[in-house]
Amino acid sequence: MAQINTGTAAPVLEVDNVTKTFPGVVANDNVSLTLNEGEIHCLLGENGAGKSTLVNMVFGLYQPDKGTIRVHGKETRFTDSGDAIAKGIGMVHQHFQLIPVFTVTENIILGNEITKGTLLDFNTARRQVLAIAERYGLAVDPDATVGDLSVGEQQRVELVKALFRDANILILDEPTAVLTPGEVDDFFSVVRNLTQQGKSIIFITHKLREVLAVADRITVLRSGKVVGNTTAKRATQQSLANLMVGRDVVFRVEKTTTNTSTTALQTRGLRVQDNRGVQAVTDLDLEVRTREILGIAGVEGNGQRELVEAICGMRPPNGGTVQMLGHETTAWSPRRIKQLGVAHIPENRSKHGVVAQYSIADNLVLNRYTHNKFSKRGVLNRSAINTEAVALIEQFDVRATGVTAALDTLSGGNQQKVVVARELSGNPQILVVAQPTRGLDVGSIEFIHRKIIELRDRGVAVLLVSAELDEIMALSDRIGVLYRGRLAAIVDAADTTREKLGLLMATGSTTHPPQAQQ
Amino acid sequence: MRQLSKTDLGITGVSGQLHRFLTQAWRLQPLYVSLYAILLSFLIGGILISVIGVNPLTAYWALLRGMVGDGNKLAGSLARSVPFIGSALALAFAFRAGLFNIGAEGQLLAGGLTAAYVGALSWMGNLPGILTIPLILMAGTLGGAIWGGIPGVLRTKTGAHEVISTIMLNSVVLFVARWMVGSRDPVVLRDTESTVPRTKTISDTAVLPELVDSLPTLHFGLLALTGLCFVVAFINNRTSLGFEIQTVGLNPHAAHYAGMNVHRVIVLTMAASGAFAGLAAASEISGTSGYFQPGTFFLMGFDGIAIALLARTQPIAIIAASLLWGSMLSGAPLMQQEANMSIDVVRIIQALVLLFVAADAMVRYLFKVRKQDQSPFQANTIGATL
Repeated sequence: MAQINTGTAAPVLEVDNVTKTFPGVVANDNVSLTLNEGEIHCLLGENGAGKSTLVNMVFGLYQPDKGTIRVHGKETRFTDSGDAIAKGIGMVHQHFQLIPVFTVTENIILGNEITKGTLLDFNTARRQVLAIAERYGLAVDPDATVGDLSVGEQQRVELVKALFRDANILILDEPTAVLTPGEVDDFFSVVRNLTQQGKSIIFITHKLREVLAVADRITVLRSGKVVGNTTAKRATQQSLANLMVGRDVVFRVEKTTTNTSTTALQTRGLRVQDNRGVQAVTDLDLEVRTREILGIAGVEGNGQRELVEAICGMRPPNGGTVQMLGHETTAWSPRRIKQLGVAHIPENRSKHGVVAQYSIADNLVLNRYTHNKFSKRGVLNRSAINTEAVALIEQFDVRATGVTAALDTLSGGNQQKVVVARELSGNPQILVVAQPTRGLDVGSIEFIHRKIIELRDRGVAVLLVSAELDEIMALSDRIGVLYRGRLAAIVDAADTTREKLGLLMATGSTTHPPQAQQ
Repeated sequence: MRQLSKTDLGITGVSGQLHRFLTQAWRLQPLYVSLYAILLSFLIGGILISVIGVNPLTAYWALLRGMVGDGNKLAGSLARSVPFIGSALALAFAFRAGLFNIGAEGQLLAGGLTAAYVGALSWMGNLPGILTIPLILMAGTLGGAIWGGIPGVLRTKTGAHEVISTIMLNSVVLFVARWMVGSRDPVVLRDTESTVPRTKTISDTAVLPELVDSLPTLHFGLLALTGLCFVVAFINNRTSLGFEIQTVGLNPHAAHYAGMNVHRVIVLTMAASGAFAGLAAASEISGTSGYFQPGTFFLMGFDGIAIALLARTQPIAIIAASLLWGSMLSGAPLMQQEANMSIDVVRIIQALVLLFVAADAMVRYLFKVRKQDQSPFQANTIGATL
């Protein structure tokens, strides 16, 4: 495949026709990639396309079966990540590799300690950390304890850590997945600053908007092969999505406007505390009508989780009431609420939504096994459970070897389809759904969005909580913004803008100028 | 990672074939590691015996005849095994809920005390066996259930880990039992006419029917506890209660989401778990000794842990593992008599079995068993968040 050269910058990293096979799957098939000095090279692809395999080879965690990797023109073979670090390659993993009880400085020097005799030389280390932070515009407090830092700050610590080890080539694995929209913008300016100072960056993502915002060049992977090689200037979201998925992708699921009717879900003065006993939701009045999707936008940690858990009976509120379908359900158990006709797609799939070791069939009845279709007098009806599973797998297009396959053998998208299938079957009247497409690939996102809209069109009241503003805007009829546990505003989706919502999310108001974030 | 070459250990060629044979002929999939652990332990035990200067074949032959040499020996072996079924089931049942109940030792004592107390009540003698035998068994079951339920309640109310609280409660009940049974002033449960500290003998009508007049007596408890294993297997695999218990064990957060009452399941499972041990103790009191002595159940609860792990916490496999465990102990005296080997050799072999089952990586490597089933030690346990 022809390489597109931008300018005359010399390649710092060349991956040449690399193949890597795992038992039963070719993870990388003749993949080539050239990273020039001072550029941001986006590696784009769906989950399982081979992005991680590729960068793990560059970082020395895997060894290629075939092909070569050249760093600064010299062919190299890494046996482990230590070799890669020594060659000036740094990686920031999606899940940070930090020790929460250590300070920033301690985390940064870990494994690379500066010593004076047998003692750690903290003062020198601290000075170096500060110097790096200043040079690259990475504001970190060297004495703060990492566990007290926000996710965005922890990410900066990871970057300083890589730079402290003299990395020239930085691999960033899904760096924006954990950030809020405001933090993403900050992060982009940090990344640009780094490239201006001569660092070269491989940026892994599956978010198209970000690719176009930050990339110089783009390599698209699909099923382990390079399927496209372009620049941000030439690409559009549509062209990249089609390359990633291998077919035309519909971004905005078609949605008819509907007349809403009665109130299905209502909270009055709802107050909920979080795990630490802090008031997370304060005096919240909310109303979701039938045949309507109410989107709840907000920076994560503004009470969304507690709100959803209180509505679904998983967390008893400490004030106020919840009414659903004409019943006051404030003190009801999750099971009773489910039986009333309330479906709940939880925010954290692996923690709440599924039992990873269970079969698909068992997961599909996880909260319905007491239904007399699936058990009688306490004895499970295995054949009914399996029949149901076969039907749902078909209906929801779950890709699996069979109903008895353990859930953790499925991809994230298919696991989420199992949860969606379970919650949408059995004719719910209300759907409470949190972060329904987090971490999923474009194809699965499209599928799940379609299903949610389908449900609304059938007359279901949908409460949608999402940190993805795009998702909220694409699906919702009305949008509420949660700010510090209170509803900052409720607006019609049709006459609001991304900017207005962003301001509401960041400040809780559209009239005041943005306040400095702590 | 460094790969050991296949020829590093000569044993793997032969054992690989053995594994293929077992795979194809026996279909004992989840229990391979246990079978190999037993085999390996006897091999190492044999080496130990020869180092001492005895022909291991002679010693093992005597052990085998001590275990199953004639009808009486076989019955004695079975009788010795009965209480182990209950104590192993206690661990295995709780384990499915992610709870590590290592208090069977104490739950046996609690069940034994209540059973002996109820069995010796004066009015029991006036009732027919059809009432008294269920009564004494229920008393023991209840005693065990209470002693097992307490750690469950502590777990749900205070977050106290059941490993700690069951160990503590083992000591509590042991010393309470010693005092109750030993004290002459005041007399609590002591049979004042006896020279050794023990409770009064239970009434004749509360004695479990015997199956074989062996030493120790093989009584009806064998059938009761074996049956219980099948009941537990059914509960585990076929009932919604079993589904709830396993869900709580694998992912308590998902269980909460799915509308299961996680706290109720934990207390119930711990109580049931203690009840199994209590039933075993009651059947021993009623079927064998006729009275309670604190030493009767010494180490039985802890042996139950080993047996449950050897059976990979499968209820049906617990029957077989308990029979092996009990009959080894029962057969050891003949080995001592004929081969002049200390009974402790059997204990060493049993300890090795537990070691290999717990550290199964070694066995898997030697016998080329691929990792398909999880070691019970690696299964999820409930996080500290509950």
